[in-house]
Amino acid sequence: MSYGMRSFLPKSDAMKILLLAVLIMVVFPLSMDIFRLNLVGKYLSYAFVALGLVLCWGYGGILSLGQGVFFGLGGYCMAMFLKLEASTPEATAIQSTPGIPDFMDWNQLTALPWFWEPFHSLSFTVAAIIIVPVIFAFIISVAMFKRRVGGVYFAIITQAIAAILTILIIGQQGYTGGVNGITDLRTLKGWDIRTDEAKYILYFFCCIMLIGCLFVAQYVRKSKLGRLLVAMRDKEDRVRFSGYDVSNFKIFVFCLAAAFSAIGGAMFTLQVGFMSPTFVGIVPSIEMVIFCAVGGRLSIFGAIYGTLVVNWAKTTFSESFPELWLFGLGALFIGVVLAFPQGLAGLYTTWIEPRLSQWFKSLRSARPPMPSTTADSRS
Amino acid sequence: MNAIQQDFVLAVEGLTVSFDGFKAVNDLSFYVDENEIRVIIGPNGAGKTTVLDLICGRTKATDGTIKFRGKELTKMKEHQIVHAGVGRKFQNPSIYEDLTVFENLEISFPRGRNVFGALMFKRDKEVVDKVEEIADLIFLKDDLNKQAALLSHGQKQWLEIGMLLIQDPQLLMLDEPVAGMSVAERKQTAELLNKITQGRSVIVIEHDMQFVADIAKRVTVLHQGKVLSEGSMERVQNDPKVKEVYLGH
Ligand SMILES: Nc1ncnc2c1ncn2[C@@H]1O[C@H](COP(=O)(O)OP(=O)(O)OP(=O)(O)O)[C@@H](O)[C@H]1O
Ligand SMILES: [Mg+2]
Repeated sequence: MSYGMRSFLPKSDAMKILLLAVLIMVVFPLSMDIFRLNLVGKYLSYAFVALGLVLCWGYGGILSLGQGVFFGLGGYCMAMFLKLEASTPEATAIQSTPGIPDFMDWNQLTALPWFWEPFHSLSFTVAAIIIVPVIFAFIISVAMFKRRVGGVYFAIITQAIAAILTILIIGQQGYTGGVNGITDLRTLKGWDIRTDEAKYILYFFCCIMLIGCLFVAQYVRKSKLGRLLVAMRDKEDRVRFSGYDVSNFKIFVFCLAAAFSAIGGAMFTLQVGFMSPTFVGIVPSIEMVIFCAVGGRLSIFGAIYGTLVVNWAKTTFSESFPELWLFGLGALFIGVVLAFPQGLAGLYTTWIEPRLSQWFKSLRSARPPMPSTTADSRS
Repeated sequence: MNAIQQDFVLAVEGLTVSFDGFKAVNDLSFYVDENEIRVIIGPNGAGKTTVLDLICGRTKATDGTIKFRGKELTKMKEHQIVHAGVGRKFQNPSIYEDLTVFENLEISFPRGRNVFGALMFKRDKEVVDKVEEIADLIFLKDDLNKQAALLSHGQKQWLEIGMLLIQDPQLLMLDEPVAGMSVAERKQTAELLNKITQGRSVIVIEHDMQFVADIAKRVTVLHQGKVLSEGSMERVQNDPKVKEVYLGH
């Protein structure tokens, strides 16, 4: 029987990861120029958020409309480091206070704020990219889930937090760069990130990080914790009265989704070369939910393809019909939710997968039968 | 310590809960012995489900005490009450529809109950053996790989009972376990209950009188949040007060 010991990575899932890796790390780089590839890299940085949403929303049933917050925090941490490196006293000699980021100087700041200081260190920055958003997510989720706030209320609160953070960033221009964000990022430890070569390297780095996160997500969803999330989504009380402290599992998955988003944000900053409040607020947060829904909120692979497809469509259509895009996106979301609740992944499993397996079967039966070595290994 | 109190598995005293002034359970006291099957009956809205909610911590009592093997349950969190050895079946079968029967039972297996435990949980022989043993007991041995949503209503009830049994609770509380079952299923369930009460106490809420007669030794009749009558099935059935409010119509 098939309920015996299982690996966290069944063959079919390993194939899907491999296929995705080949697509993004071989096919795309070979078929696109660096401009387009860099664009794909930007899309892939959103895919981290969608991946987190699959676990948090698809599996755990916790809809967050504020993932942009964590994407932004990760991205800002990265940007702060790069900005400090770009603001050497020599490079900023014309400012009234040389050695601080240009926007601070424009806002009459005369010293670097204390919370910027540690971002001189790359190791601190790398740690902060994950830790800052996760601590923030932890505080939010403890406050909400320990009080049993969930569902729509939780979604609205995350949305409010996204709005508040955007307002805060825009309002505190001197500390954050305001509405323009942190721009004009140049080097990472002296290595120019704006060259084509750097863009290739950063693209591949982003791919590797994404696949790393994919493995983590795969492990979590195949663990008992993954099944518990599904169980909680369905019958929270039954889980609670089976001896689990439900809130802890929600806190965990929300923090994990925040960590993924934050890594995505940092990848975004590195590849795109700036970070701004436009990626923190309500609209981007909702867009990220749409990427996940279109791909299929129960499929970690679907979420990544969904992100790529929607963003490709966005780039294509918003070039020709910029004012229609938002309506198109809204219509797409409603259409997917109503007609294909499992998104692209659902289309794949109902239409393509059965045909593929039939095709494989016919291939196999065409060959002489092999002696079976895979007897039931459960003992 | 009171020596008499120690003999009871569960001692409920002066239990009261008020929902905006409406006392769904009103100064209720009852005691459950070691290895006893106690059946609670009573008309709709008598407060039966609310009593179970209070014991398992789903509803907080306004007043009174619930002592389980000397531990005060009213101050404990839900999952701690479960860890102490109290299992509860809900009135509507409460199972995880998207998971298989095996996975439903496995989740209830009492190991790896915190975040890291759940991440590290291994489906080893001990788990598989235990799940198979319980599945056999609840007549679902051949359905382990079936998605729980596809089970019949009666099978879902059994599955939920199995999910409790796998935790080996000292006190098992079943809210209308045979509701919606066929006659044959009811008989099987009565057999099941008689089997699983070895070494544990059980509280059963039930409307079906035939079923109650099959399993009960002591019956508590609840009415408007209070004990109306208590004793053997025979005694209770012949109690004029009970006849008036519950059995007599
Ligand atoms: N959370 C609540 N808030 C307000 N009133 C409640 C709540 N829970 C139960 N009640 C009320 O308390 C009374 C007892 O309900 P309970 O569900 O315990 O009855 P019951 O004996 O289980 O009935 P049934 O046989 O229909 O299951 C009912 O009048 C119900 O409306
Ligand atoms: Mg009831």
